[in-house]
Formats: sequence, C-alpha cells, structure tokens
Amino acid sequence: MSRIHSPAELEAYRQELLSLRDPDKPCITLCSGSACHATGSHEVAASLVAELDKQGLTDQVDIRRTGCHGFCERGPIIVIHPEEICYFQITAEDVPEIISETIRNKTVIERLLYDDPATNEKIVNESKIPFYENQERIVFGLNSSVDPKNIDDYLAIGGYAALSKALSSMRPEEVLEQVKQSNLRGRGGGGFPAGRKWEGSRDDPEPVKYVIVNADEGDPGAYMDRSLLEGNPHAILEGLALGAYAIGAHEGYVYVRQEYPLAVENLNRAIEKAEEYGFLGKDILGSGFDFVVKVHKGAGAFVCGESTALMTAIEGRVGEPRPKYIRSNIKGLWEKPSVLNNVETWANVPLIINKGADWFTQIGTEGSKGTKIFSLVGKIVNTGLVEVPMGTSLRDIIFKIGGGIPGGRKFKAVQTGGPSGGCIPEDLLDLPVGFDELTQAGSMMGSGGMIVMDEDTCMVDVARYFIEFLTDESCGKCVPCREGLRQMLKILTNITEGRGKPGDIELLEALSETAIEGALCALGKSAPNPFLSTLRYFRDEYEAHIAHGRCPALSCKELISFYIDPSKCKACMVCARKCPADAIIGGKNKVHIVDQDKCTKCGTCFEACPPRFGAVTKLSGEPVPAPVAEDERTIRKRK
Amino acid sequence: MQIDGQEVGASEGMTLLEAAKGAGIEIPTLCHHEKLEPYGGCRLCIVEVGEPDRAKLVVSCVYPAAEGLVVRTRSEKIDRIRKMILELQLAHAPDAFALQALAKEYGADPDRFEKEASFCIHCGLCVRYCAEVKGKHAVGFIDRGTRKEISFIPEIAAQACWNCKECFELCPTEALQAAYVLTESLFSAAPPFEAETNP
Repeated sequence: MSRIHSPAELEAYRQELLSLRDPDKPCITLCSGSACHATGSHEVAASLVAELDKQGLTDQVDIRRTGCHGFCERGPIIVIHPEEICYFQITAEDVPEIISETIRNKTVIERLLYDDPATNEKIVNESKIPFYENQERIVFGLNSSVDPKNIDDYLAIGGYAALSKALSSMRPEEVLEQVKQSNLRGRGGGGFPAGRKWEGSRDDPEPVKYVIVNADEGDPGAYMDRSLLEGNPHAILEGLALGAYAIGAHEGYVYVRQEYPLAVENLNRAIEKAEEYGFLGKDILGSGFDFVVKVHKGAGAFVCGESTALMTAIEGRVGEPRPKYIRSNIKGLWEKPSVLNNVETWANVPLIINKGADWFTQIGTEGSKGTKIFSLVGKIVNTGLVEVPMGTSLRDIIFKIGGGIPGGRKFKAVQTGGPSGGCIPEDLLDLPVGFDELTQAGSMMGSGGMIVMDEDTCMVDVARYFIEFLTDESCGKCVPCREGLRQMLKILTNITEGRGKPGDIELLEALSETAIEGALCALGKSAPNPFLSTLRYFRDEYEAHIAHGRCPALSCKELISFYIDPSKCKACMVCARKCPADAIIGGKNKVHIVDQDKCTKCGTCFEACPPRFGAVTKLSGEPVPAPVAEDERTIRKRK
Repeated sequence: MQIDGQEVGASEGMTLLEAAKGAGIEIPTLCHHEKLEPYGGCRLCIVEVGEPDRAKLVVSCVYPAAEGLVVRTRSEKIDRIRKMILELQLAHAPDAFALQALAKEYGADPDRFEKEASFCIHCGLCVRYCAEVKGKHAVGFIDRGTRKEISFIPEIAAQACWNCKECFELCPTEALQAAYVLTESLFSAAPPFEAETNP
C-alpha cells in the first residue's frame, strides 16, 4: 500500500475499498477478543478456514476476526452477514454444520441461537437480543465490523475521515471548540471536561506539548478499555491525532499495561499501518501536520493509572505520583503541557468531529453527555461489556441488559467505579447513571466497572477486599495511604473474622478522613470509598459483625457454621461423599452430622445437598445445636 | 500573604513552609529538608488555605506561596489529622524522639495502633539525600506500599558509604536503623564477579 497524501485520495481509496466489497457476499464475523479467545475462538477460526476450504467455499465467503462484541458470557460469538444470524458458544465441532447449513443452505441452526430466558424464544438476529437491543453502541459497536489487524476495515467504515476533515477544513481551535461544546467528560475516573483540559494545554506558551492515552486499566473486573484497544485501535489513534492537532502537540504516548498482550500487539500493528498509510508521521494527509505515537508498556502498578504517576513512569522513573499542586495539562510529561485522557475518551473524539458536537450532546443527560461503556460482571446473568446512553438507570443496565441475578438470588448492591468507587444499594437502582449522580450516591463513574452483588455477598467483606487490593497497590509514598490503609485492612479483617471491637467503625472513619484530606494523590484520597459507601448503606452489617459475631449474608467463613438439620436429612450420603475434609459423619439411614472441629467451611455440603431436602444450613451468630444422640440418628421411613 | 493572621512576605518560587519558616512560624514536618526537592510524603505539614468556610487542606512543603493567600497552620481539623499521622507512625517507630515530642504536642496516643516496629517511617530523607546531594544512589526504596523499605545497594554502598554516612543523622527515627541496614547489606554483598580469571 502506498501512502495517502490528501483527503481526496483517502476518499477515493475508501470508495475503491467499498466497490470491492460485495454487501451480499456472506461474511462470518467471529469475536476474537480476549474473553472469546479464552473460550476457544482461535480454534473456531482455524476450523472455519479449514471447513470453507474443504467445502470449496473459500472464495465465496469472507471471515472477519473482530474485537470483542461485548456478550462475553456467551462467547465465542459468530455473526453471519448479511442476514445477521447470531450464534453463541460456538466450538470447532459446530463449524462444519454452520458452513453446510447456514452458509450453503441458508438455514438457521436452532440450537446455536440465543434462547431468551424471559420468553423462551429463540432469537436469530443479533440486534434483537435484549442484551444488545437495549444498548446504544456508538463507540463499542464499531468493534464488530472491524478486524483490528486490518486498517482497510476501519477505513471502509469511515475511519480517519474525522482526522481528514479536521486537517483539511478545520483550524485547531475549531476542533477544540467542538470537543468543548460536546461537553465530553473524561471516561477514566474523575469525569473532568476534556475540552477544558485540552484548552489549558493549548493556551500554554510552551511550544512542546504531548497527548497521552491512559490505557492502564486496572480496576478489578473492568476490561472495556482493553476491549476497545484490542478491537478498534485505529479509533483511539485517530482520536489522539485529533487531540494533538487541537492542542498543537506532535508527539503522543499510549501507556498500556503489558498484561494486555493482544492490545499491545494490535496497537503496535495499528501504529505501523497508520504510519504506512500516512495517518501518522510527517505531513499527515498533505496538511503539513506532523504527529508520531509511541507505546509505553506499563510494568504492572495500579497507581500508574493516576495521571502524574503515569507520566513519571513514562519518563523512566519509579511510577509514583507527584506531590505538586499544578495540573499536568500545564506541567505534565517532562514538565511540558500534556493532555492525558483515557482510551474510551479518545475513542469518542472522532465521532464528535465527524458528526458534530450537537449530535453528541443529544445523547445523555444535562451533566453527562454521550454514552458510557460498562463492564458488567459479578453475580449477573449476562456478563459482558455494555454501552448505554448516560442517564440510563442502573436497573435497566442490570436487569434489562444484564438479565438480572442468576440462580434466583436477590440483588443486593452494585459496586461501580473500581476500587475507589462505592457500592450502591437496591433502593437506588433507579438512579440514572451519570458522573454527578454516582458521586452523589457515594460512588463514582470511574472507568466503568460494575460489579453486581447478590444477597449472599457480605458488604463488610467487599470493603475488606477492595481495601486489601488498594493496600497492595498503594505506592507507599505518603503516610495517610500507606499506613492508613494498612490499619484499615487490619480492622476490616478483624471484623470479618469475628474480632471486631466497639469503636472500630469510628476508628475506620477517622482513618478515612485522614486519607481523604491528607493523602497525596487521587488513589489515596479515594481509597476509603469502599468502606465509606458500604458503611453508608449497610451499617447494620458492620454492627452485626462487631456486636454479635454474626455475618448477615452468611458469607464470612470465620463467623459461620454448617449444620445439618436432623429433621430434613434423608441420609442420602451425597454431602458426606463430597466433603473434602471427611467432616461429615454419615451412614446408611443415619442422620448426617457435621463434625465442627474438622469442617473447613468450604461449603461443598451446602451445594451438594439436593434442593428438595435442603438439610444443610448455614448458621451465624448462634451456637450450633448439639448433634443428635447416636441412638436417635436412625431414620425410620414413614409409610 | 497571611499566615495565622500574621502578614508574611515571600519571594517567587517559595513554598508555604519556607515562607512560614522565614516568619518564624513553626510547621511540623518529618520529610522536609532544605537541600532536597519537596517530597510531600509525611503529610504532617498540612495546613488550611482559604477562607474558613471554603478552606482546603494542602501540604505546605509543596504548595507555592502566592500573594493574598490566607493560611492557617493550626485548626481542629489539622490537629486531628496530624495526631492520626503521628499515631500511625508511632506504630513503626515508637522510640523516635522526634515523634515522641510531636506526639506530646498533638496529644497522639502512641498505643492507638498495634506496634509493628520497623523503625523506618519512609520519610525518604536518606534515599533522597544520597541521590540529590551526594549523587550516589547508594540507598533506595525497594518494593511498594506497605511492603516498601529502604535498602542499601551493596555494590555502591561498599564504595560510597563508609566515609560518608551523612544520611545517618538525617534519619528522624533511629540513626542506628540506617547503620544496621547498611552493615547488613555489606555483609551480604556477593563476592566480586570473577568471570575472567576462571579457566
């Protein structure tokens, strides 16, 4: 491929690409994101190639290995175009049938379709499945039409048109103005208006400036940035180039975790291709604008997602936050004005330039414009990545799109915003999701993690888990974070293990204040949130643990006992056989008894006991009844 | 600007801590050193800036002095946070004189947290002094977060430390601690690499 020198050449090349693509030619798109890769999409792909060859159809069918489609619960996913037939949980063994039935004979294979649990109906088209139907995938949806390794795919759907438009017909100030008017807020954590951040850098007299992508996504359970970077890297590069043009930067960085190998691979390849085509490098599209992008692989520290720590790390020093009271858009990387935005923020920029700020501001709420991608995980039927307009209620996300809680359990809380976020309880489920709304509820948008919890989840233990994560990830530079978290973790661990004391809650609150007011960086200042938000909504659980040694969710191991109800036990031996600790005294026709000294509280017996008996129960905060006397253990079958 | 109701002058580039010191106003700190870049680690020098109803807390060793600022170096909240910081530090260095003196001033309870005497409070004075003033980098931090500790690099320490030891007296908790870590590292140093002499 030779370099593209002008917007006209780009448009001509795009038309040529489209003319070579027959919209009626069957195209099998196979999700090849990390989640589907883990469930076997690689084998499916190999099988597709082999089977098409075997059936002599190689020339008549296209295969497109795309990035993540989002419905990770049901991967690997195949969508067959142009009919948009969607198959789930495909294995290599399904492939011959798909080729011969669906591709050759145009018949739909019922068993591979989505089976809607609500209606028990089979759904053929991807867009009709409730999981997708209730989303608005303006950013993430592009993933499913693009092979991230093929720049032509991105160009075919209008890729780099925004950059071309900006460089040929907009002054940098106009690009900035569009982003300002769009009221695009940072998708990485704080929700700071991107346009204002950009303007600060643009207005600074220092001639050398930088633009940076924060791809150091590290929140437990969150992987939307990963999937964007893996699935559509050119969109992020295009956004970054637009930002560079707007503020007057000629060098950009992508700080990406090296734990994301596919993202790094696809990104490097995208940069290489973009340079080859002339979308990066010198004199981009004949405009005279130069811009290069470098990739910096992070070494695995959560704190490097904090802006100043990230920049310090790019400079080659230990990734610790800077103590300075100056914004990094004025003095950032190498003390130069630096605009740092997260992956998803950058991915929105080409859309805003292409379609205009007015289009963008029609989506979302007054304070939060556009859409947001959430990583919906935890106790949820449809695990995956979902994109919804800002202002969608948590209830819609969790129940309409997410399909609710599995196993007939009851919803308890949703944790949003990553470790620095908080838990939102059931009575706030109708909360519209937006930056300010989530903050008011004691949580935050963060980068979009959403961990759903059911009634079996102990909220004190949730707080303990996140504080443990943050203790491990604290850089250790300042006292309120390093030492404060160390003590908070000790106290929370004590509470979950039955060693809570009166005064613990107050001490945790005092430590929280010290961290919020005194810690050096945003990680430390927000670190107490998991505790504070669970205390705000679930104080009774803290009190039950401390005052009565009782875990209301029957989850904290040290505070529960497993007990077999003698009136329900049918002596079926299932639990006794499965117990890995030999802690169940069984016997034919004899009521089973848990030996409390041997029991490791693994819960196997609880899971194993047939639901129609329901004899194994969990007790907390009360003594275990004495075992049935030996001579009363025999079960007499009633006639 | 105004610190604790007193008019204070400051020159360009000064921090609040420096301006206060120049005016004879004492602000406690454990990680500040005039020869070193501000570190902002101990957070003890926290002060309030702005009118009382909209005050924000900043650390004075980093916050730049500016015309018209209104600064308070003591308040109920500041004292409460300093007390907590001291109590957290006393769990590690209960015998440090500097901490004990401050604990008395702020009513800090040395036994509020369970003792985990490691002596080091991670002020970074030794590490930064060695790097910034001596240019040797003979002592550094290893690991992160709650596992972070100071460590001499034996190869450098063997050459640089014995005749220097200037970091010992900077240590606000226990000079012997630095001496101990240094000695330990020297004793555990691997023998010189002799690849060339072996057949």
